[in-house]
This record gives sequence, structure tokens and C-alpha cells, in this order.
Amino acid sequence: MEYLEFEQPIKELEEQLQKCSLIGEESDVDVTNTCKQIEKKLKETKKEIYKNLTPWQRVQLSRHPNRPYTLDYIKALCGDTFLELHGDRNVKDDKAMIGGLGKIGDQSFMLIGQQKGYNTKTRQYRNFGMANPEGYRKALRLMKSAEKFGIPVVCFIDTPGAYPGLEAEERGQGEAIARNILEMTRLKVPITVVIIGEGASGGALGIGVGDKVLMLENTWYSVISPESCSSILWRSWEFKEQAAEALKLTAKDMKKQKIIDEIVKEPLGGAHSDREATFSTIKEEILKAYNEFKNLSPKDLVEKRMDKYSNMGVFKG
Amino acid sequence: MAWFKRKEKGIQTATENKKDVPKGLWYKSPTGKIIDADELAKNFYVSPEDDYHVRIGSNEYFSILFDEGKYKELDKNLTSKDPLGFEDTKKYVDRLKDAEAKTGLKDAVRTAVGKSFGKDLVIAAMDFKFIGGSMGSVVGEKIARAADYSLKNNVPLVIISKSGGARMMEAALSLMQLAKTSAKLAQLAEAKIPYISLCTDPTTGGTTASFAMLGDINISEPGALIGFAGPRVVRDTTGQELPEDFQTAEFLKEHGFLDFITHRKELKKNINLYIDLILNQAIRN
Repeated sequence: MEYLEFEQPIKELEEQLQKCSLIGEESDVDVTNTCKQIEKKLKETKKEIYKNLTPWQRVQLSRHPNRPYTLDYIKALCGDTFLELHGDRNVKDDKAMIGGLGKIGDQSFMLIGQQKGYNTKTRQYRNFGMANPEGYRKALRLMKSAEKFGIPVVCFIDTPGAYPGLEAEERGQGEAIARNILEMTRLKVPITVVIIGEGASGGALGIGVGDKVLMLENTWYSVISPESCSSILWRSWEFKEQAAEALKLTAKDMKKQKIIDEIVKEPLGGAHSDREATFSTIKEEILKAYNEFKNLSPKDLVEKRMDKYSNMGVFKG
Repeated sequence: MAWFKRKEKGIQTATENKKDVPKGLWYKSPTGKIIDADELAKNFYVSPEDDYHVRIGSNEYFSILFDEGKYKELDKNLTSKDPLGFEDTKKYVDRLKDAEAKTGLKDAVRTAVGKSFGKDLVIAAMDFKFIGGSMGSVVGEKIARAADYSLKNNVPLVIISKSGGARMMEAALSLMQLAKTSAKLAQLAEAKIPYISLCTDPTTGGTTASFAMLGDINISEPGALIGFAGPRVVRDTTGQELPEDFQTAEFLKEHGFLDFITHRKELKKNINLYIDLILNQAIRN
């Protein structure tokens, strides 16, 4: 397990606990009480730390290297029913955007999401979860195919942004995202969106328009990353903490602004500290959202979705 | 030739005694060509010697595209709020006040309806000088309402993009304007009302990732910068050398994202020609 800077007290206590039980095993000294005390303290410390997370600390948690990624969720939810589908039928298969069919319970879903890697090699292979235009076009191809057969769509968002590359610009990164957003506003099947990590700007919204948008507790979603915001508005990378505060990018802020529909609670210590619990909560939430929308006619569904997005914005006059 | 020699070195005139040419009398294009401001306006704000298309705003585009420059502005009193209490080196509310005082504009887009070649046309034109033409709630709402006007009255829509992207000071709310405007354009498409996207210098970020790229036709003016990520970001991220014409209108047309590039003096004619052709009606001029 890797620990973030603000998690150091937890790390220390966990190490103490390990040592304590080791002593118990290797000698005749009765350590039950000591261990219990450390355990109690550990729990309290965890509670204390996670109760008072700053926006920046949540940003750090959203990028925690042990956090589950899109394929982890899909495999946990669908088991071996998941059938990955590849390619945009134009240029190539984007490894930063994955998708395919799978069953959750008895219902088939089209599952799509950005995918990050878990070590240097796979991180590069997945381009750090930054999709190219062909990734967005693959996602749209899969959504249209789901629409054709009346299959609901689930999108998992976890991206530091759409890839800002030369070829990406040549192949129309802006157009690809714009097209997805437009088509998603009128897709005739229910769409559930789950923000599982980073939700950066157009790169996130390119698969992020939905009837129900869920956000895990320790994730962020905004128009720009706090680092880039700091570098543009403060002209220095040093103000990322302030930028994270100013952008109001946490799940709680987003719910307050009515941009997302639900906050999904994470286990104490974050999604990665108890993966199974996280997966089962997400499964429940996805099915709940699907049940809410499955009986709406395509016309009502689209109308409701368009109304929801039409009402976003705050202005005078 | 001693009488040509300067007696004292350097410039001796005190700053307050400097003779200034009043601002706005002359215009200098990036290649160094100089033109009288009145001449420039008569020439559709295009520098005659090098064809440089000067950045202009809603006012100028309305005067170019509407007959006799006459139009009715829509929703002109919508203004920004500061829903997040945003503050960086400056408070967002102060930025808004300053921008309004400096430009005389209420926000970064103006929408209007008027006659163009005798028929109604709705135009939403962005103003870059208002916080970099950034798209926040007001821009999204005004464009959505302009599209509503088009829908209700069955009038073609032109959006003239000129924007650095989404407005950071409204954070995720500004991001959602991409979805809001796109949803409206989807409704316009269902109703088969033509939507023309004119991408002008510069069209980047959030606008490119929404309405600017969603026209029945996407068109531009010569030399305009159009892209999703800015050239500096691309260079810094990839370390690649970028081609000289990177993200110019010509580059985008070559890669298949623009239908055509039009000289500004042909703009009105070409937009209306497209409308007449696609709606299969008599050609106006």
C-alpha cells in the first residue's frame, strides 16, 4: 500500500500494529491489549483525517496509485460476462478509452470508460488515461450500437484530460468531444455516468452526459485541473491548493451546484482501502439508476435529460 | 554634413510633450502594413495590402452581415453572477466590472435577429475582448436562447465563435455550458433548421469542443487559429516541433474539419448562398 503525505500518521500506526502483533507471535508477551489500543487509535486517526479532507487532498486521493480503475470496476461488476469491443472503425483502437458489453445481474450494459495503467509500462500503454479523438469516436460508436439494440450505457470517468497532441489536433479532438456531447444529449437509452477518479474538463464531459451522474466521494470534476488553473491564473504552479479550493471541484460542491446527481460514499480510507465494498456500492447505484430510468419512453428520457442540462448555469436578468 | 548630427544623444522630449497619434486612426497589420482606420472599416476590417483579417467583435460582424446594419438584440440584459465566489489574483466580480467598464459589453457574446439579404437570420457573435471571449453561464444561456428563437421562428442560426475557451472562474458550471449548448443544437438539428458555425480568430478550448465544431457547415476566415488544446500546451506536452500552419483555418480545412474558408467580404454572400441551397429556395443577393 502506498501512502499520501497526509496519510503518514496512518502509516505509522499501521506499522506499529504490525510490529505489535509480530511481537505477540514471536514471544510469550501478551500484547492483545496493546494491539487493541493501537487499533482503536488507528481507527480514530483515520476518521479524523478523512473527516477533514481539503479539496486538494481529495484531488490527491483521486489520483492514488492504488485506486481502482475502470476495468477493475467492470470486471468486478460483470465478471467473465464482459466482452471488450475495440476500435473506432476509422483510425485505430485507443487504449486510453475502453468499452464493451457485460451483464450486471440479468441486464446487459454497454460499459465505457477511460483507463489508466498501474505501473510505468501500462501507464504509457494507456497514455495515462488521456484519450485521443479515436477514443471518443470509439465510445460514440459503442453508444450508438447500444442505442440500436436498446442497451443502457454506463460511463466511468477517470481522466486528467483529453490528450493535447499534434495528431489529436489533426484528427479533430475538439470535434470528437463536441460530437459525443451532442449525441449523448439525445441518445435514446438510459446513460449512467460514474466519476471514479479524475474528471478533467472536456475530456471527461466527452463521455459524461447522462441521466444520472454519480460522483465518488474522493474524486474531482471541473473545467480544468487545479495545477493548470494555478499556472494560468496565478502564473505559477505553486497555487494548486488555492486553485483546488476556488474551483469548487469536490463531490459535495458539485452536488450543491446541481451538476451531479448523487455522491457515492467511499469506505473509510478511500475507494482503494476496501475495493470490494466500493465495487458493491457502485453496482447497487448503477442498478438503482437504471431502474429509475428504464421505464421512461425514449422521448421522455431525452426530454428529461435535455431539460436537466438546459437548466445548468447561474446568471442575472 | 555636421548640421545633420544630433547635438545631444538619445531622445530628449519629455513624456508629457510627446506628440501622440490619436488611438484608432491607423491600424498596423502583423506584417507591418499600415492602413487608415476608416479605410479598414470600409474594407470589411481586412488589411488591403496583405489580406490580414483583423480581429473584430459582435458589433462589426452585425454591421457586415445584417442588411443596413440593422438588427434587434436578444436578451441583452443577461449578466454574470459569481456563483462560486471565485478569487485568484483578482476577484471574479471585479474582473467582470473591469471588463464591462473597459469594453462597454455585458458579457462575451451578443445575440441578435435581423434581415440578411432580406430574410431573417439569428446571429450569436462572441467578443474576445470580454475576458478572452470565455464561455460562462451567460454565454451558454444566450446561445441556448438564440437557438430557441431560431427553433420557435424557424430561422437559420449563425454562431460566430471567438473564444479562448470555457471561463475558469465559473469552473464546472462553465463546462456544463458545452452540454447545454450542444443539447440545443441537437434540437435545432431535429427540426432541420440550418446552423452555420463560423470559427474566427481564435476559436479554442471549450467552444471547439462544442458548438464551434457542430455546424451543418463549419466555416472560417483566412488564417484564423482554431484548436482544442492551445499550441503552447501541445508543444509542452509532446515536445514535438509543430508545423508552421498548425491549427490555422487552412490546416483544419486540409484535415477535414472545415467546409470552406471565406474572405470576409464574401462572408454574407456565402452564408446566405448556403442557406438558399440547403433549403432549396431561390438564390438571394
